[in-house]
Amino acid sequence: MTGAGGSIIVTDAGFAVPVPGERFVPLAILGEATPRAVDLAPEDDPAALAPLLHAIAAIRIAFPVFSDGRGFSLARDLRRMGFRGRLRAAGHLIADQYPLARACGFDEVEIGAELAARQPEADWRCAACRGRGYLDRIKGPEPNPG
Amino acid sequence: MYAYAEFDEDFVRARVRQFRDQVERRIDGRLTEDEFKPLRLMNGLYLQLHAYMLRVAIPYGTLNSRQMRQLAMVADRWDRGYGHFTTRQNIQFNWPRLRDVPDMLDALADVGMHAIQTSGNCVRNVTADPFAGAAADEIADPRPYAELLRQWSTDHPEFQFLPRKFKIAITGAEEDRAVTRAHDIGLRLLRQGGETGFEVSIGGGLGRTPMLGRVIRAFLPEADLLPYVEAILGVYNRLGRRDNKYKARIKIAVHEMGLETLRELVEARFVKTRAEFGGADRAMLAGIAGHFAPPASCHGPETIPPGSPAFRAWCDTNLTRHRRADHAIVTVSLKTPGQVPGDVTAAQMRVLADLAERYGHDDLRISHRQNVVLPHVRKADLPAVFEALAGAGLAAANAGLVSDIIACPGLDYCALATARSIPVAQRIALRFEALKLEHEVGPLRLNISGCINACGHHHVADIGILGLERAGVETYQMTLGGDPTVTAAIGERTGPGFSSDEIVGAVERIVLAYLDLRRDAEETFAEVFRRVGLGPFQQVLYEGGEATDAA
Ligand code: SF4
Repeated sequence: MTGAGGSIIVTDAGFAVPVPGERFVPLAILGEATPRAVDLAPEDDPAALAPLLHAIAAIRIAFPVFSDGRGFSLARDLRRMGFRGRLRAAGHLIADQYPLARACGFDEVEIGAELAARQPEADWRCAACRGRGYLDRIKGPEPNPG
Repeated sequence: MYAYAEFDEDFVRARVRQFRDQVERRIDGRLTEDEFKPLRLMNGLYLQLHAYMLRVAIPYGTLNSRQMRQLAMVADRWDRGYGHFTTRQNIQFNWPRLRDVPDMLDALADVGMHAIQTSGNCVRNVTADPFAGAAADEIADPRPYAELLRQWSTDHPEFQFLPRKFKIAITGAEEDRAVTRAHDIGLRLLRQGGETGFEVSIGGGLGRTPMLGRVIRAFLPEADLLPYVEAILGVYNRLGRRDNKYKARIKIAVHEMGLETLRELVEARFVKTRAEFGGADRAMLAGIAGHFAPPASCHGPETIPPGSPAFRAWCDTNLTRHRRADHAIVTVSLKTPGQVPGDVTAAQMRVLADLAERYGHDDLRISHRQNVVLPHVRKADLPAVFEALAGAGLAAANAGLVSDIIACPGLDYCALATARSIPVAQRIALRFEALKLEHEVGPLRLNISGCINACGHHHVADIGILGLERAGVETYQMTLGGDPTVTAAIGERTGPGFSSDEIVGAVERIVLAYLDLRRDAEETFAEVFRRVGLGPFQQVLYEGGEATDAA
């Protein structure tokens, strides 16, 4: 069960193949017309996308290695800027990072076939079940007094 | 002290289950060693020279007797009957087996302890003034803020894969006993016109490029603490260097980008992070603060009962003024000359737990100087406390003196070490014990690191020693004039290093030179150094001369 490039999309519902035909355009080569889907590298400054965000359906942020956490801040920045479309983390993320990615605003994770074989769907589902973190509690509204 | 809420309990248990599962997946190969490494590091598990090492967090250095007893149990059951307290107020167990670690973590969770984020490229255990809540010079108690920061940083989804580790220290007193200027973020509580806030510094750190933190915000209202810290971390996570691990700490970003640029970025981000905190953090802080109310009052005489000369000598060095006239802060030295600095046996841990329970409001602290503190002891109880400590080999009357040496584990344990530090510390302490000079010398800081990573904080000691390896031989470099307090300074190198055989004599010459040079017993080493500079000390080190005293 793999997509064209052998990649797998992980969501809360488990593994799926990528939607065929979805084409991501790297931020560096954006032309005049706003594409439906954009690729961001970890070092990209999302400020460049600010005027276009309402028209973009999906943004994919690259994770070259799982220990490079820049994408987590990028995702939160895009959500802060008001991006409501689909946010995808792609590359080397491991199952244990899935809850972090979700908490930072990602909707889905794209992984390669090799990783999907080594860390099967059950590992990702197990990680997805992890409960609320401290941050959700701390950032909540003030509880009603009394 | 803070007691786990149901949420903390659930979280820590879930984390242990998760780690148990990760250990299994590592063993059956679903996780590669590369992938497992950051996961085990996030749970405090290092691979050292001879074995794994488990570093357990003692948040802001505070624990109760039940927790101390459990550490003793863990040491006996899964380790070799002792533990080692570090300069970051953690405890390290040096000999655990991988398959036992999940059980050790469960045992720690039984008493509300964990090893989360004591390692790895994340926000580490927040350190604080070991005298918090007791010191006479305290402006406000830093522990509630430290606990709030602990909760905020724990498993923070954005900041688990930072460019490098990130250390925060906090103090609420006039004197800085938490070395805040040597941390990625240093927080000093201040009062300004009735308002409480923080002086926030960033970019401090020792290691191969020692730098003192610089003030990014002179006064941050305390209500803005989390959003401001979150803004600093966000900027660092995006822009900190990832191409070279030696240039990845935030101090390098401050150095390369400039403090002004970083301040602008942080302040701009802060506007957004501020808006995301809805008030729950304030309610949580208020709840946490309730756990740190001053101990129920128990009165006593304001004078210390008479006792033996040994008791009086111990009182002279190991007590600090408490905010209450009928109490004292007791520093239990883990530096009896000849012992390994910071090591404590399971039996000693139990004695300390008993004393805290019986005489100390069930409160124990670990200081960054690798000692144990009983922060609230009635003066009337001091003789009994002293007797019990003496019976356990814990009554060394040397807190703050030259033999109260900070030493990292060095080549006896650490995989990164270039030289041994423990035996050097032992020999120096024994030498000064034989000289019977250190009480005359008075307070003096001597710190030893076994490699350039500087875990022994040698840069901020009066006398700093750095162990290196030159052509297969251990050699010890000396720095002088470092200062960890509000007048923070990085020590200056004296010149060529000394062999292992020479280093004890070199330290002795420096101490004698200080005695010669000081105007009176009140003039500290740091003051003398600022007045006379490196020259006279170099003379006694390298020219075999006497310290030439101009007077
Ligand atoms: S200073 Fe070096 S030798 Fe000492 S504990 Fe740190 S890394 Fe190890």
